[in-house]
Amino acid sequence: MRVQGKGLIDRSQPVRFSFDGRGIVGFKGDTVASALLANGVRLMGRSFKYHRPRGVMTMGSEEPNALITTGRGAARTPNVRATVQEVSDGLEVRSQNAWPSLDMDLLGLNDLMAPFFSAGFYYKTFMWPQKFWERLYEPMIRRAAGLGALSMENDTAPMEKAFAHCDLLVIGSGPAGLMAALTAGRAGADVILCEDEAHFGGRLRSEAEEVGAMPGSVWVDEVLFELGQMDNVRLMPRTTVTGAYDGGTYGALERVGLHLENPDLLPLECFWRIAARRAILASGALERPVAFANNDRPGVMMASAVRGYLHRYGVLAGQRVAVFGNNDDAHRTARDLAAAGVDVAALVDSRPDARVAGWNAGDFPIYTGARVVDTKGRKGLTGVTVQTQSGLQVMDVDCLAISGGWNPTLHLACHMNGRPVWDEARQAFLPRPNMVPGLEAAGAASGVFSTHGALTSGMESAKNALQAIGRKVISSDAPRAEDTPFAIAPLWHCEGGKGRAWLDFQNDVTVKDVKLAALENYASVEHMKRFTTQGMAPDQGKNSNVNALAILADATGRGIPETGTTTYRPPFIPVSIAAMGAGARGKGFAPERFTTSYKAATEARAPMIEAGLWYRPSYFPAAGERSWRESCDREVSMVRHAVGVCDVSTLGKIDIQGKDAAEFLDFVYTNTFSTLRPGRVRYGLMLREDGHVMDDGTTARFGENHFVMTTTTAAAGQVMAHLEFVAQVLRPDWDVHLVSATEQWAQFAVAGPKSRALLNAVLDQPLDPEAWPFMACGAVSVAGVAGRLFRISFSGEHAYELAVPARYGEGLWRLLLSQAAAFGGGPYGMEALNVLRIEKGFITHAEIHGRVTADDIGMGRMVSASKDCIGKAAASRPGLSGAEREQLVGLKPVGAVRQLTAGAHLFNEGEAPVRENDQGYVTSVGFSPTLGTMLGLGFLKNGRARHGETVRLVDHVRNVEAVCEVCGPVFFDPEGGRVRG
Amino acid sequence: MRLPCPLCGDRDHREFTYRSVALDRPADEGWSDAWNDYIHLRDNPAGPQDELWWHGAGCGAWLVVTRDTKTHEVLGAKLAGES
Amino acid sequence: MANLVEMTPCRGMEPVTIGTVTLSEVLPGRITSLSPRKTASRDVLKQGHGMAFPAPNRATGKAGARAIWSGRDQAMLVGPTPAPELAEAFAMTDQSDAWAILRLEGAGWRDVLARLTPLDLREGVFKRGHTARSQLGHMNMSLTRTGRDVVEIMVFRSMAETAVHELTGAMTGLAARG
Repeated sequence: MRVQGKGLIDRSQPVRFSFDGRGIVGFKGDTVASALLANGVRLMGRSFKYHRPRGVMTMGSEEPNALITTGRGAARTPNVRATVQEVSDGLEVRSQNAWPSLDMDLLGLNDLMAPFFSAGFYYKTFMWPQKFWERLYEPMIRRAAGLGALSMENDTAPMEKAFAHCDLLVIGSGPAGLMAALTAGRAGADVILCEDEAHFGGRLRSEAEEVGAMPGSVWVDEVLFELGQMDNVRLMPRTTVTGAYDGGTYGALERVGLHLENPDLLPLECFWRIAARRAILASGALERPVAFANNDRPGVMMASAVRGYLHRYGVLAGQRVAVFGNNDDAHRTARDLAAAGVDVAALVDSRPDARVAGWNAGDFPIYTGARVVDTKGRKGLTGVTVQTQSGLQVMDVDCLAISGGWNPTLHLACHMNGRPVWDEARQAFLPRPNMVPGLEAAGAASGVFSTHGALTSGMESAKNALQAIGRKVISSDAPRAEDTPFAIAPLWHCEGGKGRAWLDFQNDVTVKDVKLAALENYASVEHMKRFTTQGMAPDQGKNSNVNALAILADATGRGIPETGTTTYRPPFIPVSIAAMGAGARGKGFAPERFTTSYKAATEARAPMIEAGLWYRPSYFPAAGERSWRESCDREVSMVRHAVGVCDVSTLGKIDIQGKDAAEFLDFVYTNTFSTLRPGRVRYGLMLREDGHVMDDGTTARFGENHFVMTTTTAAAGQVMAHLEFVAQVLRPDWDVHLVSATEQWAQFAVAGPKSRALLNAVLDQPLDPEAWPFMACGAVSVAGVAGRLFRISFSGEHAYELAVPARYGEGLWRLLLSQAAAFGGGPYGMEALNVLRIEKGFITHAEIHGRVTADDIGMGRMVSASKDCIGKAAASRPGLSGAEREQLVGLKPVGAVRQLTAGAHLFNEGEAPVRENDQGYVTSVGFSPTLGTMLGLGFLKNGRARHGETVRLVDHVRNVEAVCEVCGPVFFDPEGGRVRG
Repeated sequence: MRLPCPLCGDRDHREFTYRSVALDRPADEGWSDAWNDYIHLRDNPAGPQDELWWHGAGCGAWLVVTRDTKTHEVLGAKLAGES
Repeated sequence: MANLVEMTPCRGMEPVTIGTVTLSEVLPGRITSLSPRKTASRDVLKQGHGMAFPAPNRATGKAGARAIWSGRDQAMLVGPTPAPELAEAFAMTDQSDAWAILRLEGAGWRDVLARLTPLDLREGVFKRGHTARSQLGHMNMSLTRTGRDVVEIMVFRSMAETAVHELTGAMTGLAARG
């Protein structure tokens, strides 16, 4: 029901939406909760465990009960708090956790079974028989549990993430936050003001308080206008700061289009990472309930919410209201309701000595030293039972407004593992200073509950922040406002009623559950939490944890400070994974790196495989070929018999210059490079400092002090970081200059017996065979473009790699292919490249996978004895070389099964294929069209001494077994005549 | 977390890669106790510790960052290899 | 003699305007990385090209000929062919084809980049003539502010397509906010 003349909604703009298919009319400025209440809807959801009827309790993001689902199809969003969701025309709202309907929920049966479902029920009941757990218990429990449901469709709605920086982050825009932002903004600091609601102002928009002799909401508008004029102040409504992290970094979730029925191109949410030099936590406080029998009926609400719905939305939460509290703030609710003409059935104050002077006794009955002990009304409150000093009294009411005191919203201050301190006078946990470095709590979040106190505290905190960042403080006074002291007496649980007394409304945890936890010796608050699930629902126990630990403290005979709190962890509110991972779907997952031949390769219908971030062609299908193997076999034969062209631009290329460049290479490679002649290339092996192989590749010497190192595609980044480490940290005095040139050059392998002929067709000058022996390098000219040529081979054939500046890459690729056809040649892809290198026993990172040493791969002698190098000392350790190690071998199938698989393990024939008998494993396999058989590379214990033996290959995963002959890893042309030919 | 790169200024941690605690590489050519310490043994102090970080997504500098392992507070950073 | 077709890193992309921001490809001429030799003077850049070797996070020169700081002991000479005498003072590497350069222009440039880079780009922090090495999404980038509402973004050539995709995506999200 609405009250005329109250509220900050726009009554000229009606908004029509639906709730479980029923049409609801609200106004612009309403939340779903306020509009439903205005339309007399009190039953808004069913509880998690017992499916108890529940109504809205609060008016903020701490709401435990009124969880709804919005949107439809893929855009369906479950577990939206009705107290946060703004209304918009056409919005579809559905209740959750009820079947077949909210009004008649069959799972409400669980409530009748409640005596069996006490805390620990699952732990105790579903223990045995053990195999029932997976098949029966877990599926059954999962079906019955859960709040809301995902659509299970791929939601393609856009999401965003973003970074922001400021001098001062102000979290919350109530009196303290606004005053802090204003003070810092006027001083010229860069300020970000985050408010989790759609409107700034916090409680000032929900109270009848005056600030500076004007209504609170008018003061808010004036401050906002001034802040809006400041370039240095950024106002962020609908933005909840969700976490405080190291170094002044904060996470914040902004609702951008989520609250709209049709967000169109707007991102639904934006997840902000805010770097702030200082921060002020002005997040206010959350009113807490009191536990008594049946305190969960729809109509039982927080007193501040009942008051807030009245002032903010002009909504009456009930026709006849009882107010129950243990502190002076409850009185304010009774006063405001009475002033608005609401029938206040009673003000029940638990304190026998409560000061009620100054109240108009005729306004409503006041009971001091009294308690509400029970309620009635199945789907909505119809009455309360009050234990007065003169006995039990039953009152007919449809709304009970409870105030059990205020918990400062200090969660963010505790996110770096700080523990708050218990304040006896305010019966509340308060943040300690510097729990999060640079963050100061102000206003109600720091336990300052009066309006004037909050204004002053916000201003003082801003001054502290300004001082800390070295800005001049402009002195001013806080505006006049209400400054009544806060008085409270502890009250957590009222006994005397019949029924369960609820603590955690979202997870259905009762006082009895917590007492049972204590009885079973789960006395630590962290244990109690896990035993009862207290505070483990999406609301993380915002309005129930303190009550629960007070009950636990009582049950264990300790005080609240000794009992302590559970750990506060980010995020403060649920954050969708889609928001945190915004932009990471599809192409946004990782950058795509394309070589210059990518377009031509896709035109040739070459399927692409990912090599790190690079996209490389797998094979180039020719007309009539039906499988990759056909294409691959043809490409291998083409290279062995004619000529093939392959894009090798993805290999890392590092330009190394300086007068100590040669010495540097001697230090990072196991073998010697200072003896390499300019115009020549050498194969090099690189170790990690722990003596294992890091990478291999070739390095060319272009001048006395100029080298170009090639790394594998996979290790390009790692090697660059490693070289920089050696140059900057280990050898800072050396004159060495490193820069990546990977992207500068498009580089193509031209391999095969006709490679020289093909090159001569594209180079401006034909190659002089005398000047271009194996492992030569130098400058060449291609169609007038200055390029580089390397006579190196990864196929074992007479081969070259030709490089041109990347802008000419696509042109050169097309030119090479147009000429190759005349020689019976063409492009080859990664599959053929892999077979060609396996035939030759050349290693890749399938072999140098991080656990092998130079000796394991038969390169022990490449570790020069005449100089030091990275990894040399560690490689000399016993156990890193020798016969007990698994050594690189070739494998050829000789039994009936001709299949080999990489990842399979090797066993001696006649021994069981179990771990204890493991002799080694297979790293690479491929079918060699050249030799007409499958070939494999692998590591075998003492493998070099076992050539000629047979071993059993077993792949337990793919069910492959084969007998293999062990041989040297070089299957084809072991003398290397072809590469020099 | 933010790290104060001596060249770039305060930067988000995502630009950096952690390597290890900062230790001096032994000069011995052969395996020794010093090498064993360098590769395998860590003090793991509760408190300030010098660490090697690489500003790989920034200026490419290797840094020695002093960080308190108890609070994560970063107490300073300098270019590695510079005394 | 055959002729090799030239291709720009963004394959001749046309400028894209979304909301208040325009993204276009810049063709810079030569790019040369300069790494100062230990004992030589950096002043030779001034003599050869009329601009100082840039301090960290700064760019010197003007449109068409800039020296952009690009990392520890490194800058990039963008535009001119390096004068031969530079070789005495610097280790030089031709990087003309290694980078894609994208110009982001218009009032909303800062908000577009805020969606992709952790850099602090506030007016008083990242001024005209400032440059920074950081990330654009998951890519390494060099960012230089060349005007009031103009920045130039350098990313590796192979990632040009991803860079354009990320930037236009951010521009679209920003424009939707109106």
